[in-house]
Amino acid sequence: MMQTPVIYSVNGPVVKVRDTDVFSMSEMVYVGSKRLIGEVIGLTDLETTIQVYESTSGLQTGEPVTPTGAPMSVTLGPGILTNIFDGIERPLRALEQASGAFIGDGLDVPILDTEKEYDVEIKVRPGTVLQPGEAYAACQETSAILHLCLVPPTLSGTVVFAARNGMHRINDEIIRIQDSTGTEHSLTLCQKWPIRRARPAARRLPPSRPMITGQRVLDTLFPIARGGTAAIPGGFGTGKTMTQHQIAKWCDADIIVYIGCGERGNEMTQVLEEFTALKDPRTGKSLMERTVLIANTSNMPVAAREASIYTGITLAEYYRDMGYHIAIMADSTSRWAEALREISGRLEEMPAEEGYPAYLPSRLSEFYERTGAYETLSGREGSVTVIGAVSPQGSDFSEPVTQNTRRFVRCFWGLDKALAYARHYPAINWTSSYSEYMDDLAPYYRKKVNQKFVTYRNELSTILKEEQNLLDIVRLIGSDVLPEDQKLTMEIARIIRVGFLQQNAYHAEDTFVPLEKQFRMMKLILHVCHRAKKLLSDGVTLAEIRDSGVFELVIKVKYDIPNRQLERFNTLTQQIDATLDGLRARKKEVL
Amino acid sequence: MSIQYFGLHSISGSLVVLDHVEGAHFDEMARIVLDDGTERTGRVAMLEGDKAILQVFEGTQGLSLTNTRTQFTGRPMELPLSDDLLGRVFTGAGRPADGLGDVVPEKFGDVNGQPLNPVSRQYPRNFIQTGISSIDCLMTLIRGQKLPIFSGTGLSHNKLAVQIVQQAQIAKDSGAEFAVVFAAMGIQNDVAEYFRRSFAESGVLQNVVMFLNLANDPIVERIITPRCALTAAEFLAYEKHKHILVVMTDMTAYAEALREFSSSKGEIPGRKGFPGYLYSDLASLYERAGIIEGIEGSVTQLPILTMPNDDITHPVPDLTGYITEGQIVLDRGLEQSGVYPPIAVLPSLSRLMKDGIGEGYTRADHAAVANQLFASYAQVQDARSLASVIGEEELADLDRKYLEFGSWFEKVFLSQGFDENRSIEQTLDLGWALLSLLPRQSLDRVDDQMLDAHYDPDAAQALKAKVRGRNG
Repeated sequence: MMQTPVIYSVNGPVVKVRDTDVFSMSEMVYVGSKRLIGEVIGLTDLETTIQVYESTSGLQTGEPVTPTGAPMSVTLGPGILTNIFDGIERPLRALEQASGAFIGDGLDVPILDTEKEYDVEIKVRPGTVLQPGEAYAACQETSAILHLCLVPPTLSGTVVFAARNGMHRINDEIIRIQDSTGTEHSLTLCQKWPIRRARPAARRLPPSRPMITGQRVLDTLFPIARGGTAAIPGGFGTGKTMTQHQIAKWCDADIIVYIGCGERGNEMTQVLEEFTALKDPRTGKSLMERTVLIANTSNMPVAAREASIYTGITLAEYYRDMGYHIAIMADSTSRWAEALREISGRLEEMPAEEGYPAYLPSRLSEFYERTGAYETLSGREGSVTVIGAVSPQGSDFSEPVTQNTRRFVRCFWGLDKALAYARHYPAINWTSSYSEYMDDLAPYYRKKVNQKFVTYRNELSTILKEEQNLLDIVRLIGSDVLPEDQKLTMEIARIIRVGFLQQNAYHAEDTFVPLEKQFRMMKLILHVCHRAKKLLSDGVTLAEIRDSGVFELVIKVKYDIPNRQLERFNTLTQQIDATLDGLRARKKEVL
Repeated sequence: MSIQYFGLHSISGSLVVLDHVEGAHFDEMARIVLDDGTERTGRVAMLEGDKAILQVFEGTQGLSLTNTRTQFTGRPMELPLSDDLLGRVFTGAGRPADGLGDVVPEKFGDVNGQPLNPVSRQYPRNFIQTGISSIDCLMTLIRGQKLPIFSGTGLSHNKLAVQIVQQAQIAKDSGAEFAVVFAAMGIQNDVAEYFRRSFAESGVLQNVVMFLNLANDPIVERIITPRCALTAAEFLAYEKHKHILVVMTDMTAYAEALREFSSSKGEIPGRKGFPGYLYSDLASLYERAGIIEGIEGSVTQLPILTMPNDDITHPVPDLTGYITEGQIVLDRGLEQSGVYPPIAVLPSLSRLMKDGIGEGYTRADHAAVANQLFASYAQVQDARSLASVIGEEELADLDRKYLEFGSWFEKVFLSQGFDENRSIEQTLDLGWALLSLLPRQSLDRVDDQMLDAHYDPDAAQALKAKVRGRNG
């Protein structure tokens, strides 16, 4: 029994080992003489099942499987940001150097740059008593982010050695602490943490502040809280990826973790290029300085795709513990679910709906429950927000992944094929989407933006709702038969759709809109709506108002008034009022 | 490596099981020699203890448990590669099918390929002019893109593919060479012959490599066909620095072969009986399009698939759409009303278009005209459905304008001759002329500056007069 365990069977990414008891569940192992990375996913007295994170082509039965004694983990430390990793945190740039443009097998590369020196400030002295999660050192990881080195959550004790301030590499000993049993632990700039276990925090905080994305339909109609969860389901071509890119670029999170899970290679290349070139509006530095990419594209091994989601959220939790607010873009969670299904199929497990394993809902909820706003172990405040794209098969929202995701997220931004076909972007359908955070966030909007914000927002959605009802009639008998005031509602709804909800990601001013301008735009639309209603009752016809060009002015406000010149709303309102007053005066004259 | 295994343990569908095997590698190739001297090829699909399960490319007809000798090669499925591939015709498994003998290999390439590292990719930005207005203007093809044609049985997708190949000015500007890799999967002999003849007529045949797995060829071979084609394409692109256009037809037949093979292995089926890994499998093909940073050459894919029952939500078009960078959708209604190419504009899309058009690529007004055409044509659909309910006479003025715009759009913009090659300037000007049929204030996707420069109702009238004149 003590001999080296060897491969008994190979079936795609699943390898089995017989007659051994050296492995433990979720342990990381090296498979075969090429030392491919794998993880133990099943144990019985007869055999051990291992999923392999690299291509198993060329493996033989009888090759050795080496245990590592540690669970599947990620390395946490400075050097994560600006980097691009595969699903199990292997840096793709290092892989490129090791094997060229195509990714080879069994490559052993260091996770983080071990040669780079950081200017480290040591925050403790010998004798300091450290609790779990307390910071013992800090270094500037990128120009935008200060990296805190935290005592691992499982450790506490008294400092017996501390290095000097100055340049250190990530594996240098920074401090040594003695725990209550007298054992000494050496801490460097980095540490490991198992990807499938949530990092502990002191307590969960209620959602109270929105994550501002600068996208009108999201911030105003369906806001997401810091620490919240949102799903973006949509068929292909409806703009899931585009919406996520926009949020990643403009949202007010400190750090972005972008997980490309089973998606296109070119898209990751695009994110890398664009984010490097783009300036963060708040820091003025490159967006990459606060971004980490995890790219496990659709043609990379499927098991690593399953792991990529956990790798991403573990990295996010690590920065959360430093007191940062992190937004995770997971594109797409459906590919992750399919990876689960594929591996489950290889294990010959009993399938539930559409071949997905019965544990799909519990895995999804485990993942989404790792989000939230927290008070960390050391009393800082941090949050992890997840925005997960869902790619429903056949654009059918009743399929298992969409349905189960719906149960665990509180924001649902449903993308609509018909809107996308008409090139209404972002194609977020305002009738099927919802946000459960509106009530939690209303006080913030009232206090920080305007007392009337929520009222206006509700008025806007009422008009859109009315339009839906009217459309049912119009589809049957045409718009000409509607009474004037209902025609006006249709017209205002059009202004809201074209002038407010549609947002041009490629327009310098329109790509990001601050809350204040969103409010002023709403206010202007509703102002025109109320004035027009009045005019109709004074006998002015809708056609006359339309011909005055007022509506077009309102629609083009998004382009015409720059984000920095909001005072121009006042002059514009005056100008519109004057035009409308003119209409009324003329009508009075005629009478 | 010269151990020969006599006989088989069992045979099931296209799979055979060998036992008492030692040292077989997962995914390696094996030669199976029959007593009558004929040879077949198998690939290790699974290893368990001392059993090896092989998939046999040529099918298992005539095999018995005793009449074979099997020898493992120790190598994965490999394709001999060299410059001489060009102008040749191969079977779906990469063996010469034109009687010209074996290719003298410069090297061998593993047909499964390896994933391209996202950091090594170059983001595709170069516009390929296909000379087809609807594609160039509304769903621009970009070098290094994968843009499938979603079609139905009996629609003119083959004709369209040939026209694109003939007109695509893929390499004109860079001076690099252009070549076509053609992979046929489960298509009829006539169709393959049509492509061959068309390539010959347009004089590109010496720049074409063909891999043919026809409708009556074994399905296991069909699974290898696109992999062979893409291996050849990658070699020609990245090592011989050519710009390669890969035409793969029919991806639906490929997926069905995969389903048949999967069910013979007894795997748990997903949607419509297709294996759960259909997405990953299709991705392993489509993701082989691209450009490598710092290397001249590119692989552009033009896969063709027929949507069963014209259903775009069928798993094959659905999963394809999630992987590829857009799609060109053909429409039976348009085809029946005599429009060629019958491209359904609204569901069609090119994801890479946004970065490959405009100033410096095509023309500054390209994005504006494309957006407005999409938006206005979407209005046409609404007007038409309303007209079918209340009658055209009852429509409001604007809706009637949209109807007029819609029919002209289909008549002069979508429709074009098989050998009509329009430049991008012609296409964009045509787009503006059509938009000028509509009232200026209804063009809400374009800013005033753009409208001042291009909105011209006279051009619209001139266009109408010209077409009327042409039609006598």
